[in-house]
Amino acid sequence: MSADDAPDGDAAGDLNAFLTRETVEGDADGPLAGRTVAVKDNISTEGIPTTCGSAMLADYVPPYDATVVERLRDAGATIVGKTNMDEFGMGGTTETSAFGPTKNPVDPERVPGGSSGGSAAAVAAGEADLALGSDTGGSVRNPAAFCGVVGIKPTYGLVSRYGLVAYANSLEQIGPFARTVEDAAALLDAIAGPDEHDATTRYDAAEGGAADAPGVPDDTHPADATEYAAAADGDVDGMTVGVPTELVEGADDEVVAVFEDALADLEAKGVETVEVSLPSVEHAVQAYYVIAMSEASSNLARFDGVRYGVDGGEGNWNESFARSREEGFGDEVKRRILLGTYALSAGYHDKYYKKAQDARAWVKRDFDEALSEADVLATPTMPVLPPKRGESLDDPLSLYLMDANTVPVNLANLPAISVPAGEADDLPVGMQFVGPAFGEEAVIRAGSAVEE
Amino acid sequence: MTATDEGDASAADADAVDPDEVRHVADLARVDLDDEEAAAFAEQFADVLDYFAALDEVPEVADDPDLVNVMRADEVREGLSQEEALANAPDSEAGFFKGPKVS
Repeated sequence: MSADDAPDGDAAGDLNAFLTRETVEGDADGPLAGRTVAVKDNISTEGIPTTCGSAMLADYVPPYDATVVERLRDAGATIVGKTNMDEFGMGGTTETSAFGPTKNPVDPERVPGGSSGGSAAAVAAGEADLALGSDTGGSVRNPAAFCGVVGIKPTYGLVSRYGLVAYANSLEQIGPFARTVEDAAALLDAIAGPDEHDATTRYDAAEGGAADAPGVPDDTHPADATEYAAAADGDVDGMTVGVPTELVEGADDEVVAVFEDALADLEAKGVETVEVSLPSVEHAVQAYYVIAMSEASSNLARFDGVRYGVDGGEGNWNESFARSREEGFGDEVKRRILLGTYALSAGYHDKYYKKAQDARAWVKRDFDEALSEADVLATPTMPVLPPKRGESLDDPLSLYLMDANTVPVNLANLPAISVPAGEADDLPVGMQFVGPAFGEEAVIRAGSAVEE
Repeated sequence: MTATDEGDASAADADAVDPDEVRHVADLARVDLDDEEAAAFAEQFADVLDYFAALDEVPEVADDPDLVNVMRADEVREGLSQEEALANAPDSEAGFFKGPKVS
């Protein structure tokens, strides 16, 4: 399958937002009854192809549903298809998909952002009311910003990752897209909660649970006592918003101008803004890529062409394994597997991986300190406007640097939202709010005040 | 890029990525590469690893999260059927995955 022979002749088909169109009706009633949801193609759907945007999984049909897909059905939502993405979530523009790039509905010459670009484009184009993406270093917030929609990256452990094809386990969370903050929060209400299939959500698991975890008042899961949609009330009077100077200075001028206008609007609504500092973020992008690539090199070892994937053919096991992966993986995936293997190899482990873990702990500590001075932090989501397709692909390093404002949040496992803050050169600019662990209500409230 | 330059340790490390070293890592990772890919990756790796070298400046930071037992009781429960587990395999025989020779 390629972009050219995608079966769709309508607007979203032209955008190449969907890889598979298939309607799965949910239960008759429920909070999402009558709503359509597009699902990123790295989230398993029983009986429906789940390719991760990779030739490796072009023919893969999962025998089970991801927990979030079960919950969509329980909530009455109708699934309308699987959306295009950077291969295995590796990319920031949805150009590394084996099935062709997705176009940004705002300007079809530009990228929709990545890696959940298909999901963001489907929502922005009105082809789905809601969508699910996954955010490892910004992959929900980045395309939300570039397509002018709302995206939420939940606190690590709020949403089950069972059935999400793993790329970097310690960083990634499934998150919702919608055209309004309230709709995105309602989708979060439907998918959040503990899951016995995912130990990272099991706050109610064994005795002791996670009673000591910050932000968790007892041994229940934080989603059990919370209604996120109700927090989208725009009432920010008295809220303190911290602005990390390091994450504003690096952004383009026209992006900063929109961001500062939005901040001024918030101040008019009773918000107090304070400057905060996150000195560690200077090293966050390096740490993020070392950790993500290291985890990727380990996770993607499962693709050996035996249980699923491209058949490596005859020869001995090593030769067959290597051939399967040569044929099945695209350049960015190979690049990350190799760099991850290098970073974990005997002579370099202390130099790269161990240092990256130190940087991660430092980033967490910085966020804790900044969030002791403010209820939420605000930054531009992306430091740049959406680039044209083909502009950034040849220089991996420049692509990695685009994630400077989003990746620190994943390193710290915190919740964040991207909401449309305005436009520059007729292109959308996103504003990001970051909250304390399990502080989704605060970022949703702040985001809802921006869209009013 | 060659490893013959003299210089400080981090610069030497970044420079040390030649196509042969990329091939060695690719062997470890079980990914076949053609010559063109190995050459292109060697060039890109020098840039990326040079960028990663800034991690040298990061101080040691203690991070001792409270560990919690998240294991469930070890009880037998339903899983995939043999047919479902084999459904995506390129090759299978008599209810087993069929793979290439190990040696």
